[in-house]
Formats: sequence, C-alpha cells, structure tokens
Amino acid sequence: MAEQKKDLVLDIKDLVIHYETDDGVVEAVNGIDIQLEHGKTLGLVGETGSGKTTTALSILRLVPDPPGVIKSGSIKLDGKDVLNLPVAELEAIRGNLVSMIFQDPMTSLNPVLTVGEQIAEVIALHENISEKEAQTKAGDMLEVVGIPRERYGEYPHQFSGGMKQRVVIAMALACNPKLLLADEPTTALDVTIQAQVLETMKKLREQYGSAMIMITHDLGIIAEVCDEVSVVYAGQIVEHGTLEDIFESTMHPYTEGLFGSLPNIEERKARLQPITGLMPDPTNLPKGCCFAPRCKYCTENCAKSRPDKKWVSDTHYVRCSRYEEPGFQIERRGQ
Amino acid sequence: MSKYIVKRLIMLIPVLIGVTFLVYFILSMSPGDTATMIAGEGAEAETIEAIRKEYGLDQPVIAQYGKYMWNLLRGDMGRSYLTKRDVFTTIAGAFPNTAKLAFWSILVAVAIALPIGIISATRQYSMVDNVGMVAALLGVATPNFWLGLMLIILFSLKLGWLPSGGMNGWQSYIMPAITLGTGDAALITRMTRSSMLEVVRQDYIRTARAKGVPEKAVIRKHALKNALIPVVTVIGLQFGGLLGGATLTETIFAWPGVGRLLVDSIKSKDTPMVLGGVIMLTITFSVINLLVDILYAFIDPRIKAQYR
Repeated sequence: MAEQKKDLVLDIKDLVIHYETDDGVVEAVNGIDIQLEHGKTLGLVGETGSGKTTTALSILRLVPDPPGVIKSGSIKLDGKDVLNLPVAELEAIRGNLVSMIFQDPMTSLNPVLTVGEQIAEVIALHENISEKEAQTKAGDMLEVVGIPRERYGEYPHQFSGGMKQRVVIAMALACNPKLLLADEPTTALDVTIQAQVLETMKKLREQYGSAMIMITHDLGIIAEVCDEVSVVYAGQIVEHGTLEDIFESTMHPYTEGLFGSLPNIEERKARLQPITGLMPDPTNLPKGCCFAPRCKYCTENCAKSRPDKKWVSDTHYVRCSRYEEPGFQIERRGQ
Repeated sequence: MSKYIVKRLIMLIPVLIGVTFLVYFILSMSPGDTATMIAGEGAEAETIEAIRKEYGLDQPVIAQYGKYMWNLLRGDMGRSYLTKRDVFTTIAGAFPNTAKLAFWSILVAVAIALPIGIISATRQYSMVDNVGMVAALLGVATPNFWLGLMLIILFSLKLGWLPSGGMNGWQSYIMPAITLGTGDAALITRMTRSSMLEVVRQDYIRTARAKGVPEKAVIRKHALKNALIPVVTVIGLQFGGLLGGATLTETIFAWPGVGRLLVDSIKSKDTPMVLGGVIMLTITFSVINLLVDILYAFIDPRIKAQYR
C-alpha cells in the first residue's frame, strides 16, 4: 500500500463527472484520485477527450453546468472543500489560491481590455491594495514574464501568440497561487515558442514555489517539467507514479502504447507503433477495462470488470487485471 | 481617425447623386400629371399649360434633373409646388419634431431591450428568458400602426388620459414613443440576447471566471462590452430609420414631422419637397452610420486599429 502523503495542496478522491446532454450521458471523468504535495508538479497525460481538462476545471468548479454534473467525489484544495464552498468563497480562491493557464492564448484574453488591465484585475480582486498599486504590480508581472512594462496599455491583438500566453501566465501567477493548473499551455504555439514558454513557466514555478498540474499529451513536456505522472484514459487514471516509475518501469499497456508512438531518435528507421483503434465512445463505455478493446494483452477476463488499483511500489500503481497473473510483463519491460 | 471621417463624408456625395437621380426618375414615371396636380381640380387647359411652362415641366426629365442638381449645388432646394414655401425651411422646421420623437423612441427601446436581453442571456431558458422572448416575438410581429391605434382607443378615447395626436407638451410624446419604441425594442432585445449568449461562451469569459471575477462583474465588465458591438449597429440603424421619419406612426398621431411631410408630398407629386426630404433622410442615415462606426472604435480596439 502506498504511504499517506502529508501536506497536500490538492486531494481529489473518486471524482466522477458526467455531461448530461439530450443525446446521452458523457462519462467524462470516472473516479479520478489525485494527491499532490505542495510545490510538486503532476503531469496528466492522455489523449483528447480523456477527461483531463474537465478534471482541471472541476478544481475551480468551472465545469460548464449545464450540461456538466459532478456526480460524486471530493476535492480538497489546501484543506478547503471546493465542491461545497459558497460561491463568494469560491471566487476568492479562483485566481488566488489556484489559477489556470488555458490552452489557446488567442482566445483566452479579452479582446477589448488591455493586457495590463487584465493582469491588474486579478491582483486588485485578491489583494488588499489600491488600484494604482495593482497597476504597478501588473507592470512588474509583465516584466517577470519578459514583456516590457511599456506594453501595459496594449490590447491582446497587438501581441503574438507566444506573448499572449506569457500574459496569461503572468495573470495566473500574479497572486502567487499555491496550485497552478496548466491545460496544454503550449499546444497552440509553434515549437520554438513552446520551448520559451515552458522555460518561463518552469523558472517561475520554482521561483514562486507553486504546485502545478500540467495537462498535456506530449510526453516530452512531461519529462521536462513533472515530478509525478498520471496517465489518463477514458476518464480514469490507468497508471500513476513518479516520473521515473512511468518512464523507466512502465506498467500499463496504454502507457506503453504512448511511448511506442513516439519517434525513436536512436533508431531512425524504426516505424512508429500507433495504438490501434479509437478511444471508446464516452457515452457508452465498456463494462470492463476501457482500454481492453485496443489492448494487445487483452484476455477474456479484461472485459468483465473494471480493474482496481494495483500498487507495485509506494509511489506507483496501475489499473490492469493482467497483473493479477504472476509473472505478467509488458513487452517494453522485457526489452 | 479624422482622415477616415473625411473619407466617409466624401463618399456621401456619390450616394446623394445616386439617390436623388433614382427618386427623380421614379417620381417622373409615377402616374398622374404634375402640372394638373399643381393647378388643382377643374383647372382650364391653358392654365395647366402655363404652369407646365413656368415650372419647366415641359422639358425632358434629364434636363429637369440637371437643373435641380445645379440649383442644389448653389444651396437652393427649390420651392414646394403645393405650398410654394421654401423646401429647406419646411424640412428644417419639421426635422426637430422627428428628431425629438426619434430620441425618445430609441430611449424607450434601449431601456426595455438591454436589461431584458442581458437577463435573458445570462439566465437562458429561465422564466424571464421565456417571457422576454415571447414578448419580443409579439413586439416584432405587431404592426406599429395597429399598436398606435390600439393605444389611441384605450388611452385617448376610453380613458381620456393622453392626447390622441399633435405635439402639445410631454404627454403627446408618450404614445408615439411607445409605439415606435416597442417595435425596435423587440429587435434589440433579441440581438442583445443572441450576442450575449455568443460572448459568454467565449474562452476569455472562462478566463475571467477562473481569475475569481464575481459573476456580475464578468457580465458587466467582460461580456457586455464585447456583446455590444452588433447591438450598437442595430440601435444605430433603427435610430437612423426613426430620424428619417416614422411615416405611419407620424401620420396616425398627426405628428408634424418629416415622415408625414414626405407622405403628403409623395401623394401630391410635390417633387422638390420629396427630393428635399429624401436628401435629408440620406444625409442623416449616413451620418448616423458613420457615428456608429466611430463608436465601434471606442468599444473594440481591434477596429480602431483599422481606421487609418
């Protein structure tokens, strides 16, 4: 059994979120657990539609409702029960204790407000200082992310994509949050800018000591910035461990599939091995293991019931029924 | 910005030429002989001929139009065939009445439409939304003249609270302004609602919420300014239309405005008067449109960047 972590900034237990639409119930998140210590970075990796963003939004209680419904589970943010907090207290937390960097910087800034105003707003909301001081601090934040403070009065359309994302980062860090949620912060940017933005984020996160959840489908980014990794598939964490656990002693066939679909730099002629098939329809998830239909290790047993967590070390667990069999190993481990 | 405004004003010239040309020819093709109309019923043939000569109506239409434009260029809009009064003075006398009515009507419209539109959007499918949208549908579907007549029957004939027509004191504004305002309110409400619904789904609204901005401020500060752009267009167009004279409503309420003047002039083939009215209408409409475009720049910095 895993040891109980102390000093958690975020403690999510058995979170279940559905989107209830007229066309059916989308089971977006199906029992996710996250325990994150202060100052640590957790990577949530998984493909589009696996429930990563929904999980992050639920921490802010910003899952669009309707149609989103948090069916069960609990979210404790620095000891506060997010799901049962009055709205006013929730608003006091958002942007302050926890803040979020969104995927697309092109659309996540308000086009009719200056970037400075947008940063100053969050500072004025959460810190007991005058408008003037908030503006000065917003200017400081711009400089922190490498934008000259003279550009305070400019509008988002006057900035490039990478600079907009820096503004978003400045906004997110302005109140020194204990937890930073980064939802694919570099996906919408081109590769050279990605590296710059990641570097900025990494540096600032260390400087401010915030914990972070990095949502991405890019294992390279995970390797770069994360301490721990949760691999998400169909709204469930199928494997969780430290960066080393996941990269060096991969357990789950899906995680293996993710690695297999990366180009191998040492053996350039090696073909990529994509995971065959598609994510299961989230309105109609399989009864057993959700990955079973795409899994090359699948047996009859796999389709019968959802596998439970199997702890293989203090830090590492996997949800795969094949590990009930003694001696089972995935190919990657055998190599 | 000033360069842009001058450019837009210069563009008004070809528009005016086109509009006057069209109106002149359409009037000349409409049935009825102008000279006979001027002479009045039962006039002698010689009198009619004399009038025809006097007003230059015996010349080809294109020559008449050329002469009219030449006079216009020197600032002379001619005299009414009917009343013999100077066209410019007549219109200048009627326009303030129309403008006052237009102002109060659009005020009524905006005062009703914006709050309902915003509430409808923020509480979509709520009671307020459903009632508001049905009311808006009724508002659009109700013809102005019918509503005007109903108001007169109720408040003037039955209750005797308000004057049925004319322009005497503030009481006489109430019914015409409501008649005109409610119809426009319906359109502006729907526009506000749909624009607002579109905006509140945008990513930057989610960003604002994630920053901890209270919901009311999200709507007021972040959503409204973005949502207002198409709404301002509609309000501007409606206001321009109202300034051109609400013909039916002005006729029903015997309002001494441009709309009624225009209708009377068309009926009597009073060409100089009709043209004068149309020119006034074109200019006000264009100027209002320009003002709306300038207003955009103050709402949306992206548009401001384009005005160079």
